Amino acid sequence: MTPTTANWNLWRRQILAIMRIDLRKTFFAKRGLWIYFLALAPEIPMIGHWLIPTHGPNDTLGQDVQIFAGIFQFFYLRVAIFFGCVGIFSNLFRGEMMDKSLHYYLLAPVRREVLVAGKFLSGLTAAIVIFGGSTILQFPAMFWHHGRELMNAYMFQGPGMSHLISYVIAATLACVGYGSLFLAAGVLFRNPLIPAALLLVWEGINGFLPALLKKFSIIYWLQSICPIPMPAQNAGGRGNILALLVIDIDPAPAVIAIANLLLISAFVIVWAALRARKLEIAYGSE
Amino acid sequence: MIHNHDIVFDNVSKFYGEVLGVNRVNLSIPPGVTSLVGPNGSGKTTLMNMIAGLLRPSRGQVVTCGLKPDDAENYFRMVGYSTQYDSFPRGLTGYEFVECYLRLFGYSAKDTKRLAWEAIERVGLREPSARRIAGYSKGMRQRIKLAQAIAHRPRVLVLDEPLNGLDPLARAETIALFQALAAEGSHVLISTHILHEVDLISDRVIMMNQGYVVAEGQIRGMRDEISEHPMQVLIRCDKPELLASKLFGEKQVVEVRLHADRAGLLVRTRSADGFYKLLNHIALNGVQIESVAPADDDAQSVYEYLIGTEESTK
Repeated sequence: MTPTTANWNLWRRQILAIMRIDLRKTFFAKRGLWIYFLALAPEIPMIGHWLIPTHGPNDTLGQDVQIFAGIFQFFYLRVAIFFGCVGIFSNLFRGEMMDKSLHYYLLAPVRREVLVAGKFLSGLTAAIVIFGGSTILQFPAMFWHHGRELMNAYMFQGPGMSHLISYVIAATLACVGYGSLFLAAGVLFRNPLIPAALLLVWEGINGFLPALLKKFSIIYWLQSICPIPMPAQNAGGRGNILALLVIDIDPAPAVIAIANLLLISAFVIVWAALRARKLEIAYGSE
Repeated sequence: MIHNHDIVFDNVSKFYGEVLGVNRVNLSIPPGVTSLVGPNGSGKTTLMNMIAGLLRPSRGQVVTCGLKPDDAENYFRMVGYSTQYDSFPRGLTGYEFVECYLRLFGYSAKDTKRLAWEAIERVGLREPSARRIAGYSKGMRQRIKLAQAIAHRPRVLVLDEPLNGLDPLARAETIALFQALAAEGSHVLISTHILHEVDLISDRVIMMNQGYVVAEGQIRGMRDEISEHPMQVLIRCDKPELLASKLFGEKQVVEVRLHADRAGLLVRTRSADGFYKLLNHIALNGVQIESVAPADDDAQSVYEYLIGTEESTK
């Protein structure tokens, strides 16, 4: 059956109603405070660096651009957004199962596919606001202490603005990619932390995998979008153990990386929606 | 006979792994108030969850008024379910709880508001509806769940232990609401373990034990079929000794007991119809009968005969 305009209108209204319920829960739940802390964690050392400047020979804008790239790729993408998405997306179904309140959605005249789409979009909206917003805040926190003139020159005459846009896109796509996986984990697994831990390990060992296998990850495509590559030899040159996390192959073109991430996420969401059709409520066994 | 407006269980079984939920259930439930009774673990909630589409049968199918739960967009406009779970989304007021899930039906904001208030008023919670549900009493939580279940005016209302925690006044009002909904042509399917209310509430009863439907229908009809327990009839009359002596010789009379107040008899008979004919005949021959009342054709007695003691339902 081909969906009619009436169907689409109904689905749009239902998705908005689901988002209205879930966004409130995600943004204002006390148990989600740690996600805000995780999102804002990079700002703490950056603001500290701003308040207590070192004024050494290494304290240059160029050096800070490298440090920002390191923080973003090693901490923000791999830790903050990863675990933030675990908290936001796996709770959309499994958290409601634990609270014994998922049945209120399942007793409404909403197709399971629409429910999955609505919940994914509400999680995604929350994650993008939190992590995308924090990415934007991190820029002035990192570079403001170099002075307004240098900051303006970097942002508006240099590559700063395009870097910022790339980082926001990377953060957004991280939310899309990890979000879809953790939403599916919440639908499919009684304890979504187990697949989350497995994914963490997989993403962690990505640097050691053959070139083909590296592509079966989220972090490979995200790092391809980041504007400043983190060469292994630079990090390794300082004896930095983080060099192990660097993906030492040619990054994919950004457009390909974005398209692949969106395709992976769409595939995972469709799969989750199909599995959600069979979802049963058995709170007693949770 | 199966009608398109019935709730139909067609050879339905549900297994939780190796554990039996319900087995080979065949039912056709017409509109009206139907009570589902049985001890814990008998399969009442499993049956209700399958009507509500929260569980899928392992075998067979459930069809409600011609629709299956897979057709969510049409099915759940017709079905409302108040579960046994005393759980609510966090931080919502009573009104917000009813209103926010009503929006999922795709109503306009104006209609959503009107339907939400209508349901809240119907369960008598207008005043507290601005307060958070976390501060509600058990009875208020039951009623706000009921409001949420009836807000979209379902034709089929499924209620798992809806009278739990209600004070006597709220109980009476809620029962009156069920009867009003049934009078409007709706199905009201209620699970309860309070057997003395079953007769008051229900048009029909389904008794379950260990995953099987052991009896279904109207209580009196069910009682008539329990042949191993003779029917008990309470008779108040002016000459109980004389009546007793006349009854002793009748073959359909199993036992006659004189009341302690010596103003009546308790008779156990194999055939109620035959016994009533006999009693009419005796009444014409010098015994003044004040009243005749069956003593064990209520839900509680039938339950005890078929399943066990009332305690086991709790």
